[in-house]
Amino acid sequence: MKRQKTKLAGLQKRKAISGYLFISPFIIGFLMFMVNPLFQSLQMSFSDVQLGDGGFQNVWKGLSNYYYAFRVEPKYVRELTEELSRMAINSVAIMVFSFFVALVLNQKFRGRALVRSVFFLPVILASGVMLKLDSSNALMAALAQTVKVNAQGTAGITDALRNILRTTGVGVRAFEELFKVIDNIYNVAISSGIQIIIFLSGLQTISVSMYEAADIEGCTKWESLWKITFPMVSSLFLVNWIYTVVDFCMRSDNKVIDRITTYMNVNLNYGLASAMAWAYFVLVMAIIGVSTAIISKGVYYYD
Amino acid sequence: MTKTKVKTGKYTNFWERNRKSGGYLLRKTMMEYGISICRTILLFGLCFLILQPLLTKISVSFMTEGDLYDPIVISIPLHFTTENYRLAAGLMEYTKSLFNSFVVSLTIAVVQVAMCTLVGYGFARFQFPLKRFWFACVMVMILIPPQVISTSLFLHFRYFDVLGLGQLLTGSSLNLRGSKLPYYMMSFGCMGLKNGLYIYMIRQFFRNIPKEMEEAAYVDGCGTLKTFIRIMLPDAKPILTSCFLFAFVWQWTDGFYSSMFLGKVSLLSVKLKQLPDTFGGYMARITGSSSSAGVSVPYTNCMLATGTLMVIVPLVILYLYAQKGFVESLSSTGIKM
Repeated sequence: MKRQKTKLAGLQKRKAISGYLFISPFIIGFLMFMVNPLFQSLQMSFSDVQLGDGGFQNVWKGLSNYYYAFRVEPKYVRELTEELSRMAINSVAIMVFSFFVALVLNQKFRGRALVRSVFFLPVILASGVMLKLDSSNALMAALAQTVKVNAQGTAGITDALRNILRTTGVGVRAFEELFKVIDNIYNVAISSGIQIIIFLSGLQTISVSMYEAADIEGCTKWESLWKITFPMVSSLFLVNWIYTVVDFCMRSDNKVIDRITTYMNVNLNYGLASAMAWAYFVLVMAIIGVSTAIISKGVYYYD
Repeated sequence: MTKTKVKTGKYTNFWERNRKSGGYLLRKTMMEYGISICRTILLFGLCFLILQPLLTKISVSFMTEGDLYDPIVISIPLHFTTENYRLAAGLMEYTKSLFNSFVVSLTIAVVQVAMCTLVGYGFARFQFPLKRFWFACVMVMILIPPQVISTSLFLHFRYFDVLGLGQLLTGSSLNLRGSKLPYYMMSFGCMGLKNGLYIYMIRQFFRNIPKEMEEAAYVDGCGTLKTFIRIMLPDAKPILTSCFLFAFVWQWTDGFYSSMFLGKVSLLSVKLKQLPDTFGGYMARITGSSSSAGVSVPYTNCMLATGTLMVIVPLVILYLYAQKGFVESLSSTGIKM
């Protein structure tokens, strides 16, 4: 009996060791290229970094880098608030849009494969440098404007709607934000590729028999959307929300990131750049933390 | 006889059947058609929205400079030319950058996916102490934007030293900035672009493979490593392909890590970023003016559009080639929390 027990412990130990061997690249990389630089940059944000021949020195400066970033530097605070509010609004829009598109793409219709591949195209084409170059390309914007003006179709409808709502004065502020999102639908569409994939994968794991049962019981499509589909994919809302927010922070057309990179590469002010990056990071983390706590209250786990 | 009767009854008597069902059939059919028409319009619009910039870029890239200012010309060039492509290729050193980009993206993607597969498998299939802690670390890694640590990584590699050994031997630290080595090292440590996401996806995939397969292999005398290579890897082909595609494409278009670590290697993404400046310099040279301020904005943007097209053409070919497997495998993986 005793021998058996030790043997089991031996097997478990062997398994544990091979498990550690498998994840060892991650552990080494994490310690070397994540934990170490993270602490270093935290330290740098509190100090004045002086470059020398053989290395660099951190001279303790206390909170003055943060003070400079928030009180002296003229554009940082404005860009920070702008980016954060843009992030909040766009992330919500991306979630709604991607869930809706995933619902549509999950239905069966002719040409589905083609439409799907068009929707996932931005995952490839609107990544990295492309996004920034596109957003600053004035010629393209002008041409798109020409097309919009010439084709008095959808653009006319949104404008007309906007005028009606403006003159009646219904919840002006909220509608302004909504119109901003609608005008921005291209950006929303191109940054929701991965989210659509994640939602689609979730939708496909819901068994058809559930819908059939609901159908027989007299449940309409609309009801089964809220009573079956929504709870079943609610955990993916959490995943997608976090992914969207994080993805937004890393986009190349983010102005805060631009400013940080400028301070680092052009002004060589590493301390200030770290302080700005940390302030941004802490704010984003706070937003993610609070929103995750709120969303996870509503998440329903099937099993 | 009865069979044909049933069949004709089915096809001719739609109204009959409708009447029998109390109008339900008509309503249902109308509803179905209505939904399908709405869906078609909606999807067509959205697809057009996504493709429109691409189409505009294609049409602009064939225009001469004169066409850009011509108010009549909107999407079909009046003077068709391929001069833009020749110029952009020259300015970006296209063949050289293409080759470099290809080599770097391919090797980086292979290294990253290989490492992430090992780690993902380890997380999915083994029980070991502190497993939850390490997985939380993966989550943290996904959450930390690389920009936060970029300053210190930058200096870290500027004055690179393993435990102060270099200082001891040669008296100075190594400047690894501009060489490819740091980025490969990071990739080996699963710390490249979005590697946390790959680890997560691969782990989810391996968790869904039934345990019995592995156990059967163990009973038959397969070792841990052999089981992994012979039994688990062939099953994981779809997810590995997707991750490889992601890694390849995101590396191809990445500007952040490329300009931070690989600044001296001429890559397409970096060249594309610099294209407006290069073009300005080129125009200043041939017109003989001292500064690049005189170059027209539309022509620069036209050049940029051409350059962008040239950068994404290989990706589009790759995507068209792989999209079926890619999309289907990703959406059927069942990424669960």
